[in-house]
Amino acid sequence: MPKALLCLFLSLVLLPLAAQASDADYFIAAKANEQARLLQDWAAQPDPARLELLTSLQQGRLSPTDTRKLRLNNRLRGLVDNALASHQLLSTDARLRLAAAQQLQKSAQPPQVAFLDRRFASETDAAVHAALGLALANLQLAASDPAVRLAAVRLLGETGDPMARTRLEALLEPGVETDSNVRTAAETSLAQVKRKLLFGELLGQAFSGLSLGSILLLAALGLAITFGLLGVINMAHGEMLMLGAYATYVVQVLIQRYAPSAIEFYPLIALPVAFAVSAGVGMLLERTVIRHLYGRPLETLLATWGISLILIQAIRLLFGAQNVEVANPGWLSGGIQVLPNLVLPYSRIVIIGFALFVVLLTWLLLNRTRLGLNVRAVTQNRNMAACCGVPTGRVDMLAFGLGSGIAGLGGVALSQIGNVGPDLGQSYIIDSFLVVVLGGVGQLAGSLWAAFGLGIANKLLEPQIGAVLGKILILALIILFIQKRPQGLFALKGRVID
Amino acid sequence: MKRRSLIKAFTLSASIAAMGLSWSIQAAETIKVGILHSLSGTMAISETSLKDMALMTIEQINAKGGVNGKLLEPVVVDPASNWPLFAEKGRQLLTQDKVAVVFGCWTSVSRKSVLPVFEELNGLLFYPVQYEGEEMSPNVFYTGAAPNQQAIPAVEYLMSEDGGAAKRYFLLGTDYVYPRTTNKILRAFLHSKGVADKDIEEVYTPFGHSDYQTIVANIKKFSAGGKTAVISTVNGDSNVPFYKELANQGLKATDVPVVAFSVGEEELRGIDTKPLVGHLAAWNYFESVDNPVNSQFVADWKAYAKAKNLPGADKAVTNDPMEATYVGIHMWAQAVEKAGSTDVNKVREALAGQTFKAPSGYTLTMDKSNHHLHKPVMIGEIQDDGQFNVVWETGQPLRAQPWSPFIPGNDKRPDYAVKGN
Repeated sequence: MPKALLCLFLSLVLLPLAAQASDADYFIAAKANEQARLLQDWAAQPDPARLELLTSLQQGRLSPTDTRKLRLNNRLRGLVDNALASHQLLSTDARLRLAAAQQLQKSAQPPQVAFLDRRFASETDAAVHAALGLALANLQLAASDPAVRLAAVRLLGETGDPMARTRLEALLEPGVETDSNVRTAAETSLAQVKRKLLFGELLGQAFSGLSLGSILLLAALGLAITFGLLGVINMAHGEMLMLGAYATYVVQVLIQRYAPSAIEFYPLIALPVAFAVSAGVGMLLERTVIRHLYGRPLETLLATWGISLILIQAIRLLFGAQNVEVANPGWLSGGIQVLPNLVLPYSRIVIIGFALFVVLLTWLLLNRTRLGLNVRAVTQNRNMAACCGVPTGRVDMLAFGLGSGIAGLGGVALSQIGNVGPDLGQSYIIDSFLVVVLGGVGQLAGSLWAAFGLGIANKLLEPQIGAVLGKILILALIILFIQKRPQGLFALKGRVID
Repeated sequence: MKRRSLIKAFTLSASIAAMGLSWSIQAAETIKVGILHSLSGTMAISETSLKDMALMTIEQINAKGGVNGKLLEPVVVDPASNWPLFAEKGRQLLTQDKVAVVFGCWTSVSRKSVLPVFEELNGLLFYPVQYEGEEMSPNVFYTGAAPNQQAIPAVEYLMSEDGGAAKRYFLLGTDYVYPRTTNKILRAFLHSKGVADKDIEEVYTPFGHSDYQTIVANIKKFSAGGKTAVISTVNGDSNVPFYKELANQGLKATDVPVVAFSVGEEELRGIDTKPLVGHLAAWNYFESVDNPVNSQFVADWKAYAKAKNLPGADKAVTNDPMEATYVGIHMWAQAVEKAGSTDVNKVREALAGQTFKAPSGYTLTMDKSNHHLHKPVMIGEIQDDGQFNVVWETGQPLRAQPWSPFIPGNDKRPDYAVKGN
């Protein structure tokens, strides 16, 4: 008797283990087509014992302890995701079930209907129940019972899922749906879905406009000081951005090497470093070159252009011609799903906030500090300021350093969304000048409005006429505007301006 | 006064030293070889490594005694990503330096710019990059892929069950000749496979485009209409913001795979590849290809990068155009040995049918008439370490079709190289 019990016990313990081992063995021995069929079967008939295998497969391994890399292709990866979601519906964790149901809305296949039906009937959590209902509705559009189809069509009308639109449109193709009730319901649902999608699209366009605007603003803000206030046509401004981005890279490498635990926060540490590097280089340039060229715009232009070439080649010699890798930390990767067809990337949200923060800081510095007062005094009337005891030389240097430092901060932000390479600055210099000139030279608020205005106009035009034509049209519009109003959006008023 | 005389003395001695140097080089008989790759400007990111690869290959050939008993002497010039300057530097290499052969160019415009010079002076150019075809000059040997050796097999893969059986195609490219011509060929090819125009979307961006928000949103919208694949001919740098935006907006390779024709190991060095796993690239060689020739090739390159202290040498990678450069130089050297001379007409004749055991694991043949290499095609999936996992390959080298049959009028073109074509 005890022996029989032991046998029973052992078989109970070992059977799932054995089943799992054989599943894994079977899977690894199979050819790609066979593996795909296997995964589809597993998705239709989930077995909790297979959960571990599927979780490992999703990570590209055969078991949690196996370190060998499995070679899967996209098709198999998609099927693994689907099968895993099927299995996760059996989990006790409601959040896991919800994520699984959402995955199944995208990927569930007809053979899974029976299983989903059973889970739908027994599901207790309201959110999961609703999500499962949608996943099921997608498949029920092909059901034979018109009543089931009608319910499914009505349910789909309440989502804003882009896939629902395609499915409803396919249903409404001539000759597909024969039941007139279902047809009218599908038409109403389709109109509903389209409305929701349009709303999401418009919101998305507005957000990308704001995001592009914030990037233009960060790129142009430093120039708004060096060109706008000091009047230096600084062609090396783009290279200050580039130095900021490279400073970010160096900080990232150093932290990776010496304090790997802090790697998540390296962009924050990079901010002061980038500011210091760019400001330092800027002040050095001002003292050695630009100082001698005040009031000679043509020479300044040529000299700063030469400096920009020297800086680019210096970086190329130091770091190589290839781009360097600046990785986004976890909290800047991915995005938040606001609507089914709208994802707002974290990095862009953070950059919009950061741009506004830098503007505020600059404004405070210029309007609420002694340095700011001196800068404004010197730019308005240099001789008078000097007579009153303002050390104009030092103020010039500090103001130029400030402008360059702010460009360095912009470089940190740019490194998170684009390339970091020696030519980084070249692609932003034209846009920066556009923003400052359009906004009105000498005006921070002007640059703010010009940057966001250009960003939003660009993003509204791009879907209509394409990126290439959009850019040309914007440029033409700016030229016309400047012809009409050479002082830009906001003009400085007063006697001191001549 | 004293300072000035010091400077004078210094320049004098420097110039004497320089003259001495050039004498000593001329003393031994060498064969001059031109290298025409941009070392500054926008294309430096891609072309610098080709220059280094060419120098390494020449060093290796010299270590084995050179060609026909003479050492090779590289002459490196920098056309600075400036298309007219390519023609000028090309002319300088052929007329002043009197090089026997030139290895160079990356973009199609730079090749088009030097082409008249090489045809006029009867020079010899080896072009190592995949391109759009529609050209076959007697003065150029093309060691990169023609469209049928890269683009078309890639689309066939996307159509297959394993590639995801895509029904809709989003053709995304930078706005210049290579993407436009490739997409023209691909559209005709897709039509021939029964894909309707409403299932093909073609979008172009300016050079250096960095804001892909709208385009990625459009890809998402387009992909709701059925299984979609993106075919990207986006050039160089712009790929980084594009892939970052894809990852941030949550578009995964399992939903919408992107197959790229200009992204290789070198370009991925500038990207964090974890969110890109599963996206595809089509080439004729990957660094991860497992065979003895390639192991040696990769090891040689890493050692060379370290010895010469190249920037980023600890992470040095090889890629397809580098392999094509390597193969091109070796084939030229073999042809010179066979011809017994560096005379362009004799070398051209000797090159036809020349074979070489390449790092891709295949024995590549220079076609007898069309000046293009027969090359195998491989599709690789990006992995989290920046390398590619080959998921599909042709199994044997394909003959190039520089005149694509999918462009009307090409059926009347001759299948051999003619000047001014």
